[in-house]
Amino acid sequence: MERYVIAILVDNQPGILTRVASMFNRRGFNIDCLTVSETEDSQHSRITIALRGDNSVRSQIIKQLRKLYNVKEVKVMEHGKSVYRELALIKLRNNPETRHDVLSAVDIFRSKIVDFSPTTLCVEITGETSKIEAFIALVEPIGILEMCRTGVVAIERGDSYLNSETSL
Amino acid sequence: MILTGADIVVETLIEQGVKTVFGYPGGQVINLYDALYTRSDRIKHVLTAHEQGAAHAADGYARASGEVGVVIATSGPGATNLVTGIATAYLDSVPLVAITGNVPNSLIGRDSFQEVDITGVTLPITKHNFLVKSIDKLADTIREAFVIAKSGRPGPVLVDIPKDVQTATFPYIPCSVVEKRPQRVAKGDKISKAVQMIAEAQKPYIYYGGGAISAGISEEIAALAEKIDAPIGCTMMGLSAVPVDNPRYLGMEGMHGHYASSVGQDEADLIITIGARFSDRATGNVAKYARRAKIIHIDADGAELNKNINVDLGIECDIKDAMQRLIGLVNEKQHPEWMARIAELKAQEHEQFLRVTATDRITPYALIHETAKYTNPDTPIVTDVGQHQMWVAQYYPFKQVRTFISSGGLGTMGFGLGAAIGAAKATGKRTVLFTGDGSFGMNLNELATVTAENVPVTIIIMNNKVLGMVRQWQTLFFQQHYSNTDLHSRKTDFVKLAEAFGMPGYRITALSELETTVEKVFAEDGPVLVDVSIFEDEFVLPMLPPGGSIEDIITERGDK
Repeated sequence: MERYVIAILVDNQPGILTRVASMFNRRGFNIDCLTVSETEDSQHSRITIALRGDNSVRSQIIKQLRKLYNVKEVKVMEHGKSVYRELALIKLRNNPETRHDVLSAVDIFRSKIVDFSPTTLCVEITGETSKIEAFIALVEPIGILEMCRTGVVAIERGDSYLNSETSL
Repeated sequence: MILTGADIVVETLIEQGVKTVFGYPGGQVINLYDALYTRSDRIKHVLTAHEQGAAHAADGYARASGEVGVVIATSGPGATNLVTGIATAYLDSVPLVAITGNVPNSLIGRDSFQEVDITGVTLPITKHNFLVKSIDKLADTIREAFVIAKSGRPGPVLVDIPKDVQTATFPYIPCSVVEKRPQRVAKGDKISKAVQMIAEAQKPYIYYGGGAISAGISEEIAALAEKIDAPIGCTMMGLSAVPVDNPRYLGMEGMHGHYASSVGQDEADLIITIGARFSDRATGNVAKYARRAKIIHIDADGAELNKNINVDLGIECDIKDAMQRLIGLVNEKQHPEWMARIAELKAQEHEQFLRVTATDRITPYALIHETAKYTNPDTPIVTDVGQHQMWVAQYYPFKQVRTFISSGGLGTMGFGLGAAIGAAKATGKRTVLFTGDGSFGMNLNELATVTAENVPVTIIIMNNKVLGMVRQWQTLFFQQHYSNTDLHSRKTDFVKLAEAFGMPGYRITALSELETTVEKVFAEDGPVLVDVSIFEDEFVLPMLPPGGSIEDIITERGDK
């Protein structure tokens, strides 16, 4: 099943995230990841959801989202036309035998070490989900002690906007 | 004008044209009830026996009138008692505004006495809900609740008002009745496509649901059917929108649908669907549903298009506008062979009907037929849920739109009595409630409301001393294991019960008493109850078994 990313512009009010998340739950749609954040306009928040499903699921999700009262815009962030980014913090064992491999991986993936202790080190990596997953696969044998990921955020390239009222 | 929040709530309801509200007082709505008290000449409050009854009454009021129904309850248990009523309205797209009190803002989140997060509880069963945290937004929030409830596909909206918002003061500026949000009209190319599909069809079938009642398109349906020479079928929720005496009308299709309607739909090559949502009770096995047909689906709610059934042409639009344009653009057509086949199916259905009803016991049909002698075309006919509901749906001769009031989507046993009170209040007309001994047992406390308010309700209990619908399934699919569906051990005397609540009660136990007793029942002025004994193994037929298709149809006992 194809993975796709949906951006949702909602009123910046308490409880909106619950309404959106609850709709997914009760309609039986699974979410890969979800992020919510401020936008350029304090009236609105932006929710980005990545999920998997066929076309009929995708279209049903979009229509059900549009029915929610506080949802202003819903748009699929098309892969070729959007920038996707995700950030992960990954804490690894810091032992002399593997340190060199870790540092090379960090270098090759253009990530960085954000914490370094005698026993652990923490890597910050940003990029598309596929890049982050490739990095995780690489360092997994070394032993991941802890990991957290932001989930994907996405923005369209060029003169396209989630808010249909926005223009140049 | 500076008013308290409680006053503002009631003034806003009056301003929005609300004449009757249903509810039950309690600690966090005392102020609201005080505001109702001082305005009792301008707005009527009906006190029910239980908040659930009030919610069903507001729902019945809305279904019978087309207006937004309003129910009021206190916080905590008052609010949670509304839940089944709100869910019932949600599943059947009934415009409802539920107003609940809540503990003061300062006590919210502390598990205070009678505190419940009712906006959280009702999130999945309302179109939207509001917690009004400050008085400056109170009047506009209530107005917005009305807009949401009645716009597009209607539904329930809950407004939760903490007590401190009710006691605070704020200027109130009256407003006019809010309008529905305009619905987008169908695009021209979609209508053209529909016209083309209708032109190409040899066996068109018009299929409408409850959305046709909301949109008020009874005449348009009949006109379209006439112009393109098609039969008309409907869902249970669509009943009463087209009168049974329309020669093209086949009745409801689906699990317990009319035979000609279900088979006709299966044989059609084009199904023109209007304001219906292809529920599992209507379609049976979706893989085998309407295999020979292309489907046009016209609906107010775009999310219904391709949700349960993939359709060939989906049109999200103002239904009435689309129907009128469609009627203007389609060519007149004749389908003599198809209509002859439909006539043949109707004849088969009639033969089945004669076989099922040929008995000297009191059949549901005989009872409904006898009742219909005393009702008018505009008499609201309310049901509970179960076998009796299906029999009424199958046999009662509905002549006028909004006269069939029944819980379809949620299938709420206990809906009927409250809804009948609401329907009678909305129409000012004698209302007939068909119920079963099971359903009636759930909310019979509302008899207190019926007699206190002298509501002209005729309660007809089809008493088979079993939970008949479940029993029917147990007979057919569970080797006659009648697990907890036998009510013979109950000692309830419904006639005495009626008398205890202050209304006359009658009993019919033999066919010979049917005519004379029904006559006496309908000679009564006020509320009246009649307990009619029917056979415990009377089946609702035909039946498409759950998940089955038209080949699996059971038309007579012993078929399967």
